Amino acid sequence: MPLITYIEHNGREHKVEVPLGHSVMQGAVDNAIPGIDADCGGECACATCHVFVDPAWLGRTGTPDAQEKSMVSFASTAQANSRLACQIQVTAALDGLVVRMPEAQH
Amino acid sequence: MSQPPRIIIAGAGHAGGSAAAFLRQYGWKGEIVLVGEEPLPPYQRPPLSKAWLKGEAKAENLALRPPHFYEKQAITLRLGTRVTGIDRAARQVRLGDGSTLDYTALILATGAHARPLTVPGHDLPGVLALRNAADADALQAALRPGQRLAIIGGGYIGLEVAASARALGADVTVIEREARVLARVAGPELSGFLAAAHAAHGVRIVCDAGVAEILAQDGRAAGVRLTDGAAIAADAVLVGVGALPNEALAHAAGLPCHNGILVDLEARTEDAAIFAIGDCTRRPLPHYDHRRHRLESVPNAIEQAKQAAAAICGRPAPVPEIPWFWSDQYDLRLQMAGLAFDTAVSVVRGDPRAGSFCVFHLDVHDRVLALEAVNAPADFMAGRQLVAKGARIAPGALGDSGIDLKSLTG
Ligand SMILES: Cc1cc2nc3c(=O)[nH]c(=O)nc-3n(C[C@H](O)[C@H](O)[C@H](O)COP(=O)(O)OP(=O)(O)OC[C@H]3O[C@@H](n4cnc5c(N)ncnc54)[C@H](O)[C@@H]3O)c2cc1C
Ligand code: FES
Repeated sequence: MPLITYIEHNGREHKVEVPLGHSVMQGAVDNAIPGIDADCGGECACATCHVFVDPAWLGRTGTPDAQEKSMVSFASTAQANSRLACQIQVTAALDGLVVRMPEAQH
Repeated sequence: MSQPPRIIIAGAGHAGGSAAAFLRQYGWKGEIVLVGEEPLPPYQRPPLSKAWLKGEAKAENLALRPPHFYEKQAITLRLGTRVTGIDRAARQVRLGDGSTLDYTALILATGAHARPLTVPGHDLPGVLALRNAADADALQAALRPGQRLAIIGGGYIGLEVAASARALGADVTVIEREARVLARVAGPELSGFLAAAHAAHGVRIVCDAGVAEILAQDGRAAGVRLTDGAAIAADAVLVGVGALPNEALAHAAGLPCHNGILVDLEARTEDAAIFAIGDCTRRPLPHYDHRRHRLESVPNAIEQAKQAAAAICGRPAPVPEIPWFWSDQYDLRLQMAGLAFDTAVSVVRGDPRAGSFCVFHLDVHDRVLALEAVNAPADFMAGRQLVAKGARIAPGALGDSGIDLKSLTG
């Protein structure tokens, strides 16, 4: 299973294996990793699963669709490498992915 | 001998399940016992009227956490078990099997139940409600192509079911008591737009309609008779006329309840050792002069779960959020934020005819109170920040799609 590193805003790292086909959001929620709220359960409706994708990995996470782009670009802490974790599907190519969480999701 | 610290959560729904997870995230080391009346571990209700009803979601997608989560996090699940009483002096709850369990802190997360109809025939087979997974399975079984479904109540659940039922090929009539659908929860602009969208998808909507009785044939529901005498034939009847808080347990324990268990911003009841979260509560709203309100939404359940877990673990209270929720009907994604208590002016931004717009509700001082976005996620995100800031914006500027909302959020 691909290994994903989640880094909390305070710097605490969590390395977990996430099953193929799950989303990066599920990987955090299912392993009780703080910093991803996922209010809408992955419907791309809430933007409380906002993460910063490590620049080295950005290309491999795919392109956000229009809905995600509008949501995430208006998040209060949005950056160029912002993504919604529920919209990133875990594939073998993402083994080693590193994402960082913003200070708050609201 | 002193007992090890133990938190008991009564109700294993979205709020209760989230509270258990947050308690561990925030460092609670003692026991956590999650007691739930339903046979299932915590699951998400929003899909029950949407993807799940249409057969587009699997059971594992409904689950709030995977099955192994609870064991890994040392959260004890007591499913199929009701909490039947609270002894506040002894700090003890009584369970359905007659046993008792001591608590250090108790979190009430009992949710709400569908408001029942009282008209003749309300208890006939074929009269359905939609609150839990069992209800959703029964409703799904009644939705076959060509089957006729009468929905009493044009609220969010009624309209979502109407859209899903149409997708399954059923014939749908919505019966609404008020002059428009969503009368209690949305502005007239959104009501009008959605009524037209449902009509375009073949849903018949009857407003200003009182229900006199549920008609029966061969001992089953066969239609609805309105107070004006009209009869609407149906193979099944869904009652979606709102939800009532499950507060009997709290009430019997002497905790103040008034259309919801009264709590503060730490989700604490009058008893310092008892918290209440989710649909069963009535809570203060910091962005609206701390007025008390009962919210029925997943984001509220999660926010209050955090409040209670933070208070129990001695962490600072989370920053107050703007109430919001979402709904999906056909190809429409609705996102609502804020509460339009004192609306003086409503402004439409975008073009309803193009199917993408946002209605902003302002008070007399042009303060942005609330918004309703239809296929307009950027306006929803920006608007939510305007509400959080209590921003005052001239209605003309808000309504001008040429002006970037980002420039207004400051
Ligand atoms: C069909 C449907 C669609 C929805 N769609 C949306 C949506 O799109 N967006 C949104 O934000 N919200 C939506 N909601 C609302 C949302 O699901 C609720 O706000 C949320 O589930 C509230 O969580 P809760 O834990 O307070 O209550 P619940 O999830 O109802 O959980 C309460 C649990 O407590 C149990 N219980 C009650 N009494 C006892 C007792 N004495 N002992 C033990 N257990 C007990 C109940 O059986 C239940 O399992 C929807 C709700 C429904 C029904
Ligand atoms: S979980 Fe809601 S947008 Fe990702």
